[in-house]
Amino acid sequence: MKTLTILKYQWKDLFRGKWIVGYGLIYLLIADAMIRFGGAGPKAMLSIANIMLLLIPLVGMIYGALYLYQSREFTELLLAQPLDRKTLFWGLFGGLALPLALAFTIGVGLPLIYTGMIVTAQIQSMLLLLVLGNVLTLLFTALGFWLGLKFFDDRVKGLGFALVSWLFLAVLYDGLILLTVFSLGDYPIEKPMLALTMLNPIDLARIIVLLEFDISALMGYTGAVFNRFFGSMLGVGVATACLMLWLGIPLWRGVSLFNKKDF
Amino acid sequence: MIKLKGLRKDFGPLRVLNDVSLEIPSGQATGIVGPNGSGKTTAIKTLLGLVRPTGGDIYIDGKLIKGEWDYRHKIGYMPQTARYPENMTVDELFTFIKQLREVEQSNEKELIEHFGLEAELEKRMRTLSGGTRQKVGAVLAMMFDPQILIFDEPTAGLDPQSSVRFKKLVRKEKQKGKTILLTTHIMSEIEELADYLIFIVEGKVRYHGPMKELIEKQQEERLEGAVAKMIEETVA
Repeated sequence: MKTLTILKYQWKDLFRGKWIVGYGLIYLLIADAMIRFGGAGPKAMLSIANIMLLLIPLVGMIYGALYLYQSREFTELLLAQPLDRKTLFWGLFGGLALPLALAFTIGVGLPLIYTGMIVTAQIQSMLLLLVLGNVLTLLFTALGFWLGLKFFDDRVKGLGFALVSWLFLAVLYDGLILLTVFSLGDYPIEKPMLALTMLNPIDLARIIVLLEFDISALMGYTGAVFNRFFGSMLGVGVATACLMLWLGIPLWRGVSLFNKKDF
Repeated sequence: MIKLKGLRKDFGPLRVLNDVSLEIPSGQATGIVGPNGSGKTTAIKTLLGLVRPTGGDIYIDGKLIKGEWDYRHKIGYMPQTARYPENMTVDELFTFIKQLREVEQSNEKELIEHFGLEAELEKRMRTLSGGTRQKVGAVLAMMFDPQILIFDEPTAGLDPQSSVRFKKLVRKEKQKGKTILLTTHIMSEIEELADYLIFIVEGKVRYHGPMKELIEKQQEERLEGAVAKMIEETVA
């Protein structure tokens, strides 16, 4: 009940700020353009997926931390009221993560509907894309929250860490993996590579996308290993479990930091 | 009754509250005095659960408040620097807090009138002056008629007229039997409003008891002199 009151206020405030509408519009424009130029097939969806894999983590983390800083007054006001800290945390998190997820879903979903892709293309792939986007949104907002709480009094540090984490996970990590493959290519490194991929939620999501659109063959030998592993029930299970861990741990740490914090 | 028992708070290596044990009597006004940075605000914030104590316990009406939050129904708090969500209008803020507390009944109308806030209701918080924000804070603290009122330097940003009005209101609340806790640097204010005095220096309680006794003990006419004397004694 109280969480709902908090959520309602925050959503109102967020939509008053209008940038969230802009965020949804970006997805709308991208999805529309991709479908227009790439045709209503898996190619368009793949392009959308690629952009989503970069944009969602960036916005989620940066805005997750920023939002916490912005809501400081709100938090202080509410903490003096008869309110559980946990309730407040979930109110704050839901107040940002849910609108972000909604903006993404509508932004990508609308073009899928009005271009008729929803009938012609594979429904399973589209659903996967949307679900993955939503999970990533929650996950990276949670990471942003955790960083924001960790460096609550040092905004520059918090935002800096968010930016660097994004750069590392979205860009550098792949380069490092590639470097490993190059230098250790003569050894049987498929299994460790699998493990390394599991450690990065963006890579995890990317591989799920690649497998769904069946282009893992492009990745050569490693692709075959991934295909064999992730294609199995075990693979899907492990990948899902890893994503859930990535979602759960920052939230768990976030709640406990928030609980102990002095305001 | 509010009871602090062996309360300690460390911010890193800095000990802000050092073994504070005292009782704040019900139905009376208690003033907390002390130099800047002596731990007054921290003490109040631990009482509200905004700051988690390193050690020690706080009891309100005989109940330990550690990990609890429901007890804050009994408390109205007016912070030192009133900071509120910037995009909210004053009216929205009052409505929101009412919904959050799940309380329909409130005497906000009278309070708004008392502080002359009628013209500000539709304005956003960020456009308000510091003094007006303080008034909004005062309304928020008192609108639910709580049993305990906590004011942290309430008159610091108020103009003389509003300050007088505020003090009038506090006296009225006191007559209603409320427990009032207030910090201020203006000694005449404490003299005017409080019956009971707590004096903190560097996180330690140096005096707590009825105000009159302190003045008599220090052989001074006014509180200001007595407190100044006490600060000198602790430094020496």
